[in-house]
Amino acid sequence: MSVTAATIRPVIPAQTIAILILLALAFIAVPHLASPYVIEAILLPFLALSLAGLGLNLLTGYAGQVSLGSAAFMAVGAFAAYNFNLRLGLPLPVTLVLAATTAAAVGLVFGLPSLRLRGFYLAVSTLAAQFFVQWALTKFGWFSNNSPSGVIAAPSLAFAGLSFDTREGRYLLSLSIVTLVTFLVHRLVNGPEGVNLIAVRDNETSARVIGIPVLRTKLWAFALSSAIIGLAGVLWAFTYLRTVEPAGFNLDRSFQILFIAIIGGLATIRGAFLGAALIVVFPLLLARLSGFFFDGSIDAGVVKLVERIVLGTVIIAFLIAEPNGLSAMLDRATRRLRSLFGRS
Amino acid sequence: MDWYAFLFAVEVAVGGLLSGVMYALVAIGFVLIYKTSGVLNFAQGSMVLFAALTFVSLVEHGVPFAGALLLTLAAMTALGFAIERTVLRPLANRSPMTLFMATLGLAYVIEGAAQLIWGTQVHRLDLGISNAPFEVGGIFISTFDLVAAGIAAAMVAILTAFFRFTRTGLSFRAVADDTFAAMAVGLRLNRIQAAVWTAAGAVALVAGLLWGARLGVQFSLSLIVLKALPVLVLGGFDSILGAIVAGLIIGASEKLAEVYLGPFVGGGIEGWFAYAVALVVLLVRPSGLFGKKLVERF
Repeated sequence: MSVTAATIRPVIPAQTIAILILLALAFIAVPHLASPYVIEAILLPFLALSLAGLGLNLLTGYAGQVSLGSAAFMAVGAFAAYNFNLRLGLPLPVTLVLAATTAAAVGLVFGLPSLRLRGFYLAVSTLAAQFFVQWALTKFGWFSNNSPSGVIAAPSLAFAGLSFDTREGRYLLSLSIVTLVTFLVHRLVNGPEGVNLIAVRDNETSARVIGIPVLRTKLWAFALSSAIIGLAGVLWAFTYLRTVEPAGFNLDRSFQILFIAIIGGLATIRGAFLGAALIVVFPLLLARLSGFFFDGSIDAGVVKLVERIVLGTVIIAFLIAEPNGLSAMLDRATRRLRSLFGRS
Repeated sequence: MDWYAFLFAVEVAVGGLLSGVMYALVAIGFVLIYKTSGVLNFAQGSMVLFAALTFVSLVEHGVPFAGALLLTLAAMTALGFAIERTVLRPLANRSPMTLFMATLGLAYVIEGAAQLIWGTQVHRLDLGISNAPFEVGGIFISTFDLVAAGIAAAMVAILTAFFRFTRTGLSFRAVADDTFAAMAVGLRLNRIQAAVWTAAGAVALVAGLLWGARLGVQFSLSLIVLKALPVLVLGGFDSILGAIVAGLIIGASEKLAEVYLGPFVGGGIEGWFAYAVALVVLLVRPSGLFGKKLVERF
């Protein structure tokens, strides 16, 4: 019996190859080919929001704890990085790690109620983080080095003789961080810890019965998710906006991140990226469309309102028609393509 | 503490209690919907905005007060039925969290639509209630707040009577008690849910008029949902009495904290203090003061 090539399982699965090609394109082709507008207005916010979506997905999608305070942890990350850099002048990677750790610590504190509260009671109590952090950052000048209304400006991003201050540099820095964190999260959710998270989400009592440390798992999910969201905050402040005030991390931002996780698909890794892509591109597209069809006769405020209405409708439509989000739609599309090209 | 400082503290507390009634007014709308359908309706705040904006715009277009009230009520009824048909029915039997997220989307839609229809400018709303404070035993009390509290009390009385003495109210209670049993005896769940959302819309109208008269009718009116949420968690999601008691507690403690604690931390703590109070209580009682205990069954 001869073994044909088709019966041998490929050494590297097709999905991994696809991801590697995508990464190669993103790292090598995009910086050379993408226009400044695409990098500044689309890719940089996309990367930061994807990371935030990924962090929230870990908490809400995998561990089942709904949080409405994500923007607060973004703010903690951004302001922590700013202060570590300003006051200690540490190298960039150390600053990033410390910022993530700070966000994790704050996340741990606001995750404590999760040990007692469930569902809506917990969701509402995460709002406490949202309002408290925003208040503290605005109220105490120390956090923003006493700048008026708490605005911070990004420091120069350099490490080991490399400067990341150019547009392409910031993009590559952001992309590297997102790639690294995504890889780590991927390893994590496919390992035993990921199983623990899902067990706690699906049935807390059963999880406890089979010996999963429920309380520790919950707190740990809060800390890790906050750390990732904190890093996303650093990217948002340092690579995308460059100057940021606490009001930029308001409740609307928290909802935006929650929407990314829902639209993309809860408990999937690529969902965060798909959702973030939609959320970033969609308003730009809508503004373009209204400019194209109505030739600027529509007031920008009206376009914003329409954007709100459409966004809300999209959320409801996704919840009704495709609760597993864009990720599930992508799955279906690839399956259809595969059957079309006869790889059964 | 001398006598005047004491009087001042009492005055602050009374002012806080009265504004707590205003919080409770918004929270009651949540409770109605949560009790009968288990949905935490985040869109309640945008319903308040929608109702107030519709009313004030109608009045500005020359519609008399009573007519505007009726028309707005009709609009809230239409809204309630539309929400039932387009959001609740397709999402029947889905997890409460899914429904909650749907109401987040709904809040965006209603807020956007209300401002798209009626414009984004700030409207002044005059209900003809004097805002002059009057004195009782050395304490100044705002007339408006007192009238608002009276209206809130009347509304609670009407709701209680409605639940107790009408057929619709009885069916609300049946659905709240056991949805499946209610359906089994032939109650039409769809219609009841639409009616509940309409009732919540009416509550939103009352809250919108009172809050609108105080703050002006504008987008920020929908943010009172954030004031109502801690009241709601503190009182328990499914208790009207809880909403009132929690509203009073939060209103008074918030004002007292702002006056006596605020200066030490730079002020402006009203944004989160209510949440801190609610959290502390929740750590002792995880379902709020009056909420039904969560029982886990497998």
